Amino acid sequence: MIQDTTRFGLSPLYRLQWEESQQRFVMLYPEGMVELNGPAAEILKLCDGTRSFIDMVNALETAFDTKGLRSDIEELVQAALDHGWITLLP
Amino acid sequence: MAGLPSYPSGSPRWLLAELTYRCPLQCPYCSNPVDYAQHQDELSTEAWCRVFSEARALGAVQLGLSGGEPLIRKDLSALVAHARELGYYTNLITSGYGLTEERIAELKSSGLDHIQISIQAPEKTLNDKLAGTESFEQKKAVARLIKAQGYPMVLCVVIHRQNIHLMNEILEMATALGADYLELANTQYYGWAHLNRDQLMPTRAQFETAEAIAQAYKEKVKGQMKIYYVVPDYYEDRPKPCMNGWGTTFLTVAPDGLALPCHEARILPGLDCPNVQDFSIKEIWEESPAFNHFRHFDWMEEPCKSCPEKIKDFGGCRCQAYLLTGNMKATDPVCSKSPLHHTVEEAIDLAEQDRVSGEPKPLIFRNSGNSKTLG
Ligand code: SF4
Ligand code: SF4
Repeated sequence: MIQDTTRFGLSPLYRLQWEESQQRFVMLYPEGMVELNGPAAEILKLCDGTRSFIDMVNALETAFDTKGLRSDIEELVQAALDHGWITLLP
Repeated sequence: MAGLPSYPSGSPRWLLAELTYRCPLQCPYCSNPVDYAQHQDELSTEAWCRVFSEARALGAVQLGLSGGEPLIRKDLSALVAHARELGYYTNLITSGYGLTEERIAELKSSGLDHIQISIQAPEKTLNDKLAGTESFEQKKAVARLIKAQGYPMVLCVVIHRQNIHLMNEILEMATALGADYLELANTQYYGWAHLNRDQLMPTRAQFETAEAIAQAYKEKVKGQMKIYYVVPDYYEDRPKPCMNGWGTTFLTVAPDGLALPCHEARILPGLDCPNVQDFSIKEIWEESPAFNHFRHFDWMEEPCKSCPEKIKDFGGCRCQAYLLTGNMKATDPVCSKSPLHHTVEEAIDLAEQDRVSGEPKPLIFRNSGNSKTLG
């Protein structure tokens, strides 16, 4: 369950990296990679272990100067958890 | 043009660097070329570094370091360090044989991202027989060392008729070793595996039983161990989209510097693959006849030529088509639409005859002696 205080980190062996030749972020892991779209990359960049979920939502709403992103962010974070890209931190 | 199927165009994403054909083991399912002993030249450290830099500039981001046995290269850590600095995700694909605690630590401090080791069978006698070398206990110890250094344990077991009946034991071994990822790779019949196909190909019943066991286990260990199950395409009715499309994603460089659109492509007659010592990676990728040979759909013959599925599977594997039909442009005979589909059924029959004969042909082990005689 994702709560306001939940924090996330990239899973061991996963690396988020800017690819100059593709002009986008990719998620790298053993023998595989995923090419990320802009919003997904912005969200995953904030999964750095320091921020709580509500901090992430606030940071993104400020950055994009808009409100009501919470459910979109939650959906993506949940998908990233399901894929094993990120893990819940205690 | 709208309406016409378009061929994916792209830059290399994956670079497979086969650092050496030397290997202390002798697996009869090895996918290296049968005549590897005739290709003993190896690129220098500087040449590999240049290959890594040039491929990275084109967009390659995943790097596989394999062989043969890549640990034999004394400059492995230096190569890893260079690759990591360039921003590659570095994957070491090794048998694990000969890996020590010091070497793992050295590779780790060079920035190696991940190590995959392989074990031949879940018990000593069969493992050592298939490897052609006593190696079982040592590999299990290496598996533990890798975990102790903070790497996840990525274990690969190649599946064939000599070990497929041990699927339960293979899964238990993976659990006992604390594997985080388990790749169950059904043998693909290239190189030495093609030579030993009659002795390696499982029956459909064996394959189905093993797959059911593996899939059930996969559910059971969900969340603890990720299992990748690579299906054998001999029992499918459509071929794999080979290499994700020729010259779209993958670039292999063989130990002697030959640049290959697929790691088996050395066998294709007249393809005339370029060498990285003569051309830049950019020239090879964009301009070489070999990398352009099976790009797009113009080269196809019927039934692929007018088949709507060609944008999905690109007509299958060129090397498999060549090995089974003698024609590298033919529809991959795995496809049930292929007029030569019976060549696959014949291969299955031959394997079955070998199995029930009571006197199976001896396995031909992958070593320099056999390579010189047969290559
Ligand atoms: S498959 Fe076996 S023989 Fe071939 S390179 Fe790997 S460990 Fe060596
Ligand atoms: S005929 Fe060719 S393109 Fe069509 S499904 Fe078979 S292999 Fe694929």
